[in-house]
Amino acid sequence: MITEKGVWNRLRLRLLFTGPTLFAFITVMIIPFVYGIYLTFTSWDGISTTQTLVGFQNYGSVFKDAEFWKSFGLTLKYVLYTVVLTNVLAFLLAYILTTGLKGQSIFRAGFFLPNLVGGIVLGFIWQFIFNNVLVYLGQKAGIGIFSTSWLADPDHAFWTLVIVTVWQYAGYMMVIYVAGLTGVPNDVLEAASIDGASGWMKMVRMTVPLMIPSFIVCIFLSLQRGFMVYDVNLSLTKGGPFKSTEFVSMHVYQKAFLSRDYGVGQAEALVLFLLVAAITLLQVYFSKKLEVEA
Amino acid sequence: MAGSRRITSFFKLLLLSLALILFIVPFAFLLLNSFKENKEITANPLSLPGSFSMDNYANAFDKMNYVDAFTNSFIITVLSVLLISLFAAMTAHYFVRNPTKGNQYTFLLMVASMIIPFQALMIPLVKVYGSLDMLNSKWSLIYMYIGFGSSLAVFIYHGFVKGIPKELEEAALIDGCTRVQTFFRIVFPVLMPTTATIAILNVLWIWNDFLLPSLVLTDPEQRTLPLSTFNFYGTYTVDFGPLMASLVLTVLPIVVVYLFAQKYIIQGVMQGAVK
Repeated sequence: MITEKGVWNRLRLRLLFTGPTLFAFITVMIIPFVYGIYLTFTSWDGISTTQTLVGFQNYGSVFKDAEFWKSFGLTLKYVLYTVVLTNVLAFLLAYILTTGLKGQSIFRAGFFLPNLVGGIVLGFIWQFIFNNVLVYLGQKAGIGIFSTSWLADPDHAFWTLVIVTVWQYAGYMMVIYVAGLTGVPNDVLEAASIDGASGWMKMVRMTVPLMIPSFIVCIFLSLQRGFMVYDVNLSLTKGGPFKSTEFVSMHVYQKAFLSRDYGVGQAEALVLFLLVAAITLLQVYFSKKLEVEA
Repeated sequence: MAGSRRITSFFKLLLLSLALILFIVPFAFLLLNSFKENKEITANPLSLPGSFSMDNYANAFDKMNYVDAFTNSFIITVLSVLLISLFAAMTAHYFVRNPTKGNQYTFLLMVASMIIPFQALMIPLVKVYGSLDMLNSKWSLIYMYIGFGSSLAVFIYHGFVKGIPKELEEAALIDGCTRVQTFFRIVFPVLMPTTATIAILNVLWIWNDFLLPSLVLTDPEQRTLPLSTFNFYGTYTVDFGPLMASLVLTVLPIVVVYLFAQKYIIQGVMQGAVK
């Protein structure tokens, strides 16, 4: 490569090209991340200018904080259902869409629509559906399960969040699966047909293995979004009724910004980060091993 | 054979249509009820509006400071997206063309940082920028979006810059272009499709983002659309009409953009999923 002459010129070029990005990246991500680790060893109430070092006391509090683990368990259950249901539905929609139907792009555009709207607004829309529309329908048509609002019932409120999440992300993941499915080479499938493979066999033995990269991306995205869910949680159920749907992100937010327990809140955020990072990296590591080439 | 194929494709179409209705119907209820009075809505959320009145819209438009919120959202989204794309393209280009150890490690650090969720950064972020007195300004928020958004953008650009032949740039340099001119006249235009992908992913994220702006922007005049919707909902919980209208007003701008740019948005999501 042709290089500029002189140390000063090279430095200027480097600063111009990488300076703005790296400065923002370091001051917005790296410094808060490192400082956040330091914060977990202090007790800070959010107001005083100094904070005292307390050693590992905050981590002790994290392990004793039963509500944190309860909300973590709840989040885990939510992630399990949403990841499985979102991806199954998304894959099915994508599979049917790519079998050469007319009006494909209209369907695709429609299924994607919920992803244009933020979680806060979607939560409010569905709050109205669950509180008013479904209750009205349930009472008029005598469908017992809808006659009282699902949002008022601790057992049902959890499922409203699963439904809204699957409804939203299925369209997003579908788009990624469509891209994967159109990338499966046709000659491979034709060869399998000639060898007498049925539609189901082709799907299980050919299409799915060739689409492992799409599955990795979609499962990774839905895992991460699931663990970090906050907006829909806030606007649809606000963690209620009776804290029955308080997911871990909301718990951390409340610990820090409402209970003003910043040290413990940050320690919980870091524990959450480590657990999620471990789960997502393991997922990618193991599914990479399944990759095949056509 | 042809007959049975027609039947299966009919069932597929039926299945997809039913699914599509389920995907769209919440928005239809929203729109329908946004024209109704509170009494009508609570009496029967499925009925057609008795009279098409825009009162709810006028009410919501006014009380949620729609013009201010829209302007804030617009400025923040447009500037953040433009700056992320420009800076990230320059950085990725520099990294690819100067593959020193230091640059490679910096790039790896950026890629690795993508796994850090916002929740693990929000508390120290508020503390650091609060003590610098930099909260409550949309310029700080834009700056933070550049910090949070550049990793993914640099990562995506990095892959595409590698595909640009070096000879193209060398020819420009020999013809007398400076490195900066080469970037702006040759590299950045060639990267346009990638820029579109990155811009689309970032618009969907920043326009709808709630948690970060809710921590940074506390003044009512600074609120973005999601913040002002949320606040409006918290203040007027009893009157459904204006609430529905406020949600329609929030959804409308992005749906209008979608009508025109649908193809590009979906392509952007497809291409952005390569990671």
